[in-house]
Amino acid sequence: MFRNNKFFFPVLVALLIVTLLCAIAFGAVSIVPSDMFSALKHFFQGKGPANIYEGVFLQLRLPRVFLCAITGAILASSGVLMQGLFRNPIVEPGLVGTSAGAAFGSSVVFVLAVNMSKGIKELAGPLLVPLFAFAGGLLATFAVYTLAKTQKKVAITSLLLIGIAINAVGLSGTGFMSYIARDPQARSITFWNLGTFSGAAWNQVFITGTVAAIIFFIVLRYAKQLNTLILGEEEASYLGVDPEKLKRRIMVLNTAMVAVATSFVGVISFMGLIVPHVIRLLIGSDNRKLLPASMLLGATLMSLADMGARLLLAPAEIPVGIITSLVGAPVFIILLKKYNVLNDKGGYYA
Amino acid sequence: MLEVKNIGYAVKDKWLVQDITYRFLPGKCYMLCGPNGAGKSTLLKLLALELPSKEGEILYNGQAINKKIKEKYAKYRAVLSQNVEISFPLSVEEIVMMGRYPHFDFKPSVKDFEICEEVMKQLDVANFRKRNYLTLSGGEKQRVQFARVMVQIWEIPKEGCRFLLLDEPIASLDLKNQFDFLHHVQQFINDKTVVIAILHDLNMVLNYADEVLLLDQSKLVANGSPSNVLQPANIESVFHVKSELHQLSNAKLLWVNKT
Repeated sequence: MFRNNKFFFPVLVALLIVTLLCAIAFGAVSIVPSDMFSALKHFFQGKGPANIYEGVFLQLRLPRVFLCAITGAILASSGVLMQGLFRNPIVEPGLVGTSAGAAFGSSVVFVLAVNMSKGIKELAGPLLVPLFAFAGGLLATFAVYTLAKTQKKVAITSLLLIGIAINAVGLSGTGFMSYIARDPQARSITFWNLGTFSGAAWNQVFITGTVAAIIFFIVLRYAKQLNTLILGEEEASYLGVDPEKLKRRIMVLNTAMVAVATSFVGVISFMGLIVPHVIRLLIGSDNRKLLPASMLLGATLMSLADMGARLLLAPAEIPVGIITSLVGAPVFIILLKKYNVLNDKGGYYA
Repeated sequence: MLEVKNIGYAVKDKWLVQDITYRFLPGKCYMLCGPNGAGKSTLLKLLALELPSKEGEILYNGQAINKKIKEKYAKYRAVLSQNVEISFPLSVEEIVMMGRYPHFDFKPSVKDFEICEEVMKQLDVANFRKRNYLTLSGGEKQRVQFARVMVQIWEIPKEGCRFLLLDEPIASLDLKNQFDFLHHVQQFINDKTVVIAILHDLNMVLNYADEVLLLDQSKLVANGSPSNVLQPANIESVFHVKSELHQLSNAKLLWVNKT
């Protein structure tokens, strides 16, 4: 539709900026632009916030909005990458175990670190949690991929069913960890299963942001190679791409960024499904455009969802995962019907 | 030039291709024939470097193959597979441009666009270039894939030659499209091009091949000019049918008798 429209990307960027500004301004406490400016001014002068609005803006709102946008971009681009790898449009980190495995990995550290010495505890937050999340996510994704793969193909039905099984294992593992946990946040199972940005802090923003920036830079360079996989692995290799190597690399990079995000915000499902689908309808399947566009729209939609989470029942908050699932599940069902999974025929028409 | 020496390929203990030695010279169209399971597709995949040979040696332009320089061959070796099923909707021109992928880093050059343009015009796919590939008919899909394969090796290399490998390219085409296809292949051949194709229609083989390789039970049983190889005696020992070979006024005809 907008395949060759040169305004497409500028519009996406503009949408993102407007959404981010709204997300910063609105919440349980609204923040007017003058407070934002004075807060920034005080911050750069090395002074503390002058009033509660400036404090909320600097310590709560800004890190939350940034973490949310970065997570949205990660999950949406992860959807694109995984769909490319698995060669089908109904895969996303929440469905094939990546998020659940990552959540389990990080919950293990969260819960067990409490019993350890202070030094380890301080390391745990920024380093061990993402590392364990990565290990858990990789293990789960790899398990689903190898179990669902028969000969050369990954059948959709077996993929989804094995995804359910691995997800269940991951979630019950996380459930067990929350059950034995003493830390109040880790104890809340809804945190892991439904995802929330309520605990966002600046160090999380920096870690997630750095990881995302590096990985985005690398995967964008793989976009062209990923395109050849649309034709199948054999054709890809005839075009000079080593499909096995490509798949391994993408799988590791993808799991790394999803794991880091998941370890801070829990499992947020369906973002990786909705966003690539919408972008494909608008500009087609060329990963060189699909990937960056999905990052932008992912950040925008995640910010909107989080605004909903903060505002719908304000001053109370609902987990953002509830909102993404409410919107995502119908999209998922539509995709399943479209993809003819239910009568096992296959074939994808956007 | 493409040369194979005693190549073989086995899955577990079963040899799918065994002890084949041959030399494929530029300017010629080679066709692989034989019954199902004779090893034609396996041989083609070995020649395409998609499968690693279990024994023997493959030389492209006199050079032995190693994994590191395989990528280089993507610029002058193209393969048209039997059925290419795509997993996401792409337009015809996007698919054709993929053939140029080995030639550019991120953005196609003007030359890449020009080559795609010319090939799409030649193969008559330019008029539906914006359409979604998934909505095309079988014959149209085949033409689009052929266009992609042709743009991949459109430029003639300075040294050595280019290789076009075709796996049953006309199996799903109607009569007119079959002849058109083989006509395009003939146009493509020059003294710097090797074409190797698997074909089941022996009458097409008789009239379009320069040399025929007849395979049976993973081995090369006969090779040479089509009218020498596709003799009733060979046909009977390989396909187990009786046949007659006739010379018509402007073509050859292999007639299979009912049993």
